[in-house]
Amino acid sequence: MRAFISAVYLFLYAPIALVVLFSFNAGRSASEFTGFSTAWYGKALGNTFLVSALQNSLMIAFTSAALAAVFGTMAALGMERLGTRTRAIFDALFAAAIVVPGVVIGIATLVALVAVFSFINPALATLWPGDQPPQLGLGYGSIIAAHGLFSMALVTMIVKARIASLGRDIVEASSDLYATPLTTFRLIVLPQILPSILAGFLLAFTFSFDDFIIAFFVAGSKTTLPIYVFASIRRGVTPEINAIATLVLVASLLLILTARVLMREKKSKSGE
Amino acid sequence: MQAAMNTKRNLVTAALVAPAAAWLCVFLVLPFIAMLVFAFGERAPEGGYQAAFTFAQFANLPTRAAAFWNTLVLAPAGALLCLLVAYPVAYYLAVKANPRYRLILVSLVVVPFWTSLLVRTYAWMYILGSRGIPNLLAMIGIEDVRMLNTPGAVLLGIVYGYLPLMIMPIYVSLEKLDRRLLEASADLGAKPVSTFFGVTLPLSLPGVMTGVALVTILLLGEYLIPQLLGGGKVFFIGNALVDLFLQSRNWPFGSAIAVTLVAVVVVVLMVAMRIAWKVAGTRQVDLV
Repeated sequence: MRAFISAVYLFLYAPIALVVLFSFNAGRSASEFTGFSTAWYGKALGNTFLVSALQNSLMIAFTSAALAAVFGTMAALGMERLGTRTRAIFDALFAAAIVVPGVVIGIATLVALVAVFSFINPALATLWPGDQPPQLGLGYGSIIAAHGLFSMALVTMIVKARIASLGRDIVEASSDLYATPLTTFRLIVLPQILPSILAGFLLAFTFSFDDFIIAFFVAGSKTTLPIYVFASIRRGVTPEINAIATLVLVASLLLILTARVLMREKKSKSGE
Repeated sequence: MQAAMNTKRNLVTAALVAPAAAWLCVFLVLPFIAMLVFAFGERAPEGGYQAAFTFAQFANLPTRAAAFWNTLVLAPAGALLCLLVAYPVAYYLAVKANPRYRLILVSLVVVPFWTSLLVRTYAWMYILGSRGIPNLLAMIGIEDVRMLNTPGAVLLGIVYGYLPLMIMPIYVSLEKLDRRLLEASADLGAKPVSTFFGVTLPLSLPGVMTGVALVTILLLGEYLIPQLLGGGKVFFIGNALVDLFLQSRNWPFGSAIAVTLVAVVVVVLMVAMRIAWKVAGTRQVDLV
């Protein structure tokens, strides 16, 4: 049993470790380690296409996760107060946002946006007073919107679970002591749900930063880091990709570990 | 007075859920309606969509039977393989592991799930590719072994990518298991093996069901693993969709396939829920 478990952990981590190891390889070889070097990192970070893809990814991940954290938390708080039937509709839609495969979300968003743009752009062209009417198109906005959908569902799910485990009594005590609802929220509820909101934000950020398939459909002419990595993999495996992959791994590792620490804190505080 | 307070309360509630509701309508419901409309349309001569009402796209589905076949065989097969590897791990973590290290061991399982699937799949491309294991085999005299671009490679990638997602729900259901039941079973003279099959396994079935359903559903829409490890030879529905939308620009046909894929997902979900209901009450799963 022990041996099997160890083998599984090895199976989980050895491939990643191999990529990290060969990102420090001095030579081009993928099977022979010829010496330690950080040259490929220099090469990767000197690549302007790569750096701009990275910047795009960070911007998109931050924006969609921030939107999701705010709107998702609001939705989690609001759904508490909804009637059973309306709440069930919200639950079903959020569940759909999580369960429907990314490839379908990407396609559906692409199709809908292109259809909407084909109505709006001619209308804008006739209404616009100047010579060059703005053209709406796919790009950062559509990626943020599509990532925001999944992320909002994720944040709502996490924050709702936290709210459900909150003691009602302390909220009631607060209002008995004549605190306004807003004060109660600020002083009692918010501090208790804040770790789960942050964890939701980080997971949403990680999701967006790592997502390939949704962005692939709705990115238009823009490039995100996963799209760039995917395109370079198709051109052939190089040590430079190993370096990029290692950077991506480290980034998502830091994010997920922080998220887990935040969620852990919440659990130990509530005495679970 | 009461009425005014109720109105205010309702307004606050509406304001809280409004942004998410708008988002769900514009970026989930509307796209689904659009996709459904497209699925009954025609391909414009230059690619894209042309308004029509025809079932031709759905009638055309058999031309992509291979993609459906691959997906419907390899997704459940991959999920079951995952289960075979995951169950002992979950059992070890929940029952056998030293409580002091349990948290770290569980974290080590969860963390890979949240790191880039693209990078993790790429790692296997690297290992199975001609400069990886086949190269090592050639050094000891076993020549011309092809590992990449085979169904086996795709299955391996699936197990690797989705193992954490299978372990977690099983671990949760085993962790909640009342230890006294196991002791009672042993006290009544049951051998460990019959305790396992008579008590532990049945009580962990909800977790098993959740895991199998989750992994199967996600696999039905998988694109990256067959693309990178199947190399166009072992393609899934997801690969057919990307091809139709971004290469041949046959949007109506692509929409029809996507609609069918959603229907398959819904059926799998319903079957899974039906079984889960029969087995026991559903339990919440901690994915994080």
